[in-house]
Amino acid sequence: MTVFLLKSVKIGCFEPNIKMAGKTLFDKVWDAHVVDTVANGPQVLYIDKHLIHEVTSPQAFAELEERGIPVARPDQIVATADHNTPTVDQHLPIKDALSRNQLQKLTENCDKYGITLYDLGHEFNGIVHVIAPELGITQPGMTMVCGDSHTSTHGAFGTIAFGIGTSQVAQVFASQCLLLTKPKKLRVSVNGELKRGVLPKDVILYVISKIGTNAGTGYFCEYAGNVFEEMSMEGRMTVCNMSIEMGARGGMIAPDETTFEYIKGRKFAPKGAEWEQKVKYWKSLPTDADAEFDKEYNFDAADIEPMLTYGTNPGMGMKISGHIPDKNDENLEKSLEYMGFNKGESLIGKPINYVFIGSCTNSRIEDFRIAANYVKGKHKADNVNAWLVPGSQQVAKQLVEEGLDHVFTEAGFTLRQPGCSACLAMNDDKIPRGEYCVSTSNRNFEGRQGQGARTILASPLMAAATAVEGKIVDITKNLN
Amino acid sequence: MEKFTKLIGTAVPLPVENIDTDQIIPARFLKATDKKGFGNNVFQDWRFNKDGSKNEDFVLNNDAYSGPILVAGNNFGCGSSREHAAWALGGYGFKVVVSSFFADIFKGNALNNGILPLQVTPDYLKNLLQTIKENPKTEITVDLEKQVITSAVGEQSFDIDPYKKVCMINGYDDIDYLLSKKETIESFERERKMAV
Repeated sequence: MTVFLLKSVKIGCFEPNIKMAGKTLFDKVWDAHVVDTVANGPQVLYIDKHLIHEVTSPQAFAELEERGIPVARPDQIVATADHNTPTVDQHLPIKDALSRNQLQKLTENCDKYGITLYDLGHEFNGIVHVIAPELGITQPGMTMVCGDSHTSTHGAFGTIAFGIGTSQVAQVFASQCLLLTKPKKLRVSVNGELKRGVLPKDVILYVISKIGTNAGTGYFCEYAGNVFEEMSMEGRMTVCNMSIEMGARGGMIAPDETTFEYIKGRKFAPKGAEWEQKVKYWKSLPTDADAEFDKEYNFDAADIEPMLTYGTNPGMGMKISGHIPDKNDENLEKSLEYMGFNKGESLIGKPINYVFIGSCTNSRIEDFRIAANYVKGKHKADNVNAWLVPGSQQVAKQLVEEGLDHVFTEAGFTLRQPGCSACLAMNDDKIPRGEYCVSTSNRNFEGRQGQGARTILASPLMAAATAVEGKIVDITKNLN
Repeated sequence: MEKFTKLIGTAVPLPVENIDTDQIIPARFLKATDKKGFGNNVFQDWRFNKDGSKNEDFVLNNDAYSGPILVAGNNFGCGSSREHAAWALGGYGFKVVVSSFFADIFKGNALNNGILPLQVTPDYLKNLLQTIKENPKTEITVDLEKQVITSAVGEQSFDIDPYKKVCMINGYDDIDYLLSKKETIESFERERKMAV
């Protein structure tokens, strides 16, 4: 410490005006995990928690096997089956042979290396980005990775969390580290008062529609401003989840009392003296007032409305009161042809036959409470298939405890079992060709929800209203 | 990993922006537990029509265009982290993807599989796409050591992380490097435990 002080004083003498800029939340967490730096190259970053699932892990395990490398830290890995699982009859053997084999491989690998697995049917099973927070595995100041781009979700806790490829999954297995070049820093601030009917999903869809799908590429994003400060953890997770849809590897929100309150008492949360110690550390993480970002965007909350997408990437979003852009652009035309929409039109009144409420973006209890609150006492339109897929067994259990399951079934909605489901349609939950689906998921890419399926991304409230009306409506006109 | 130093070949032009990894390899093909066979399904839903017939308008079905280089629109590889996209492109025979911008995760996945994501300026890309369209036999030289792409459009230098360049040229991967750092990693873990 003495040496450090002397050094500081010395620098101060020579350069009286130079002051060390403060650190961002991202800097603080990143710097605390740098093990080593390759000369002229990337850094070796230590990974605290590694989440795995059945789809992107088998080839990584195979790689270790071929090279005779053991798993370095099995106790820092948690596995779940979610992407390729059925959402009905989970107690029965999986019908599809390839899917069954993939799950079998996950079980074998976890058994072999001593990795905790929350397999299908386990009380903690569910979508990887829903279960880790709800079990208290996700904590501020950590580094977390998973072979899934929506790992950015965990950034809601002030965690550096990002998606990785399967080669990197193998690297973390082998060394508990990754070789990475530190990303640049981006801050998105939203301040002001949100209008009624505007949910966290609308906020992030609005931001992406404004800055585009690659504005965040090469950056780690921090969300700041009173809008995020006032959000619940569920809302913050929805926002951070979609960071990757603007290209950012991850998005973070400063940990605060809301964060601590959420974590406290959860299964793997620190307890007793360790809790006190951790909270003290977590409180030191928020970005310093004099810290600098490489890029900043500021938005006025009052400008945000319930949002919808009209195209084939999440940046092609518009306000419910808006119209599809009318401009000459080949990519826009290609998207609109796929979607069956026209330039300049409004989406209000468009008949919709499918509604999906689920995915790692919007399948937490709060999302279902919002939808149930709207649906209560109403019934879905005859033309609509409304699928509700809770993010985890815990969420499914809570739905029942709160009586929301009755609200939905009475309204004609179909409540299914947990999993990624129709977000990526790896299982049988596919939207038929040509059909529109108002979906609370995160991607409206061509064929994402099934070959030829047309996805319209929206909030759980917009999705619920669509199911009831059988068409797209301006939700702000239906709110009391 | 296969070594990559220099490549001379023709290219396939795909002038679509924001090509996401769901297009490169749709999710329904991700059920395999090995890395084989993904090349057969690359761009599956663009290669085939609704009725299962070949989409003759799609460039991969046009015999005039072939080669180990894919030249694609801006923001290539966005979306899902699935490395299956890199396996599919590699399995099909692509060794280089040229674009004016790459999504982060795809870029890393490509490099980890010996596929070079080569970023050129938007103007160079536009001219290259046009040139290949007009003359499918346009020859492109990619020199990784010199970090230069040469074609009828001209010569342009490109960036690559110096560490990744060494890996590509020598066929090394990150696991080799990380395992060589085992002791440093363990001492980091010990120091952290003491700090808590």
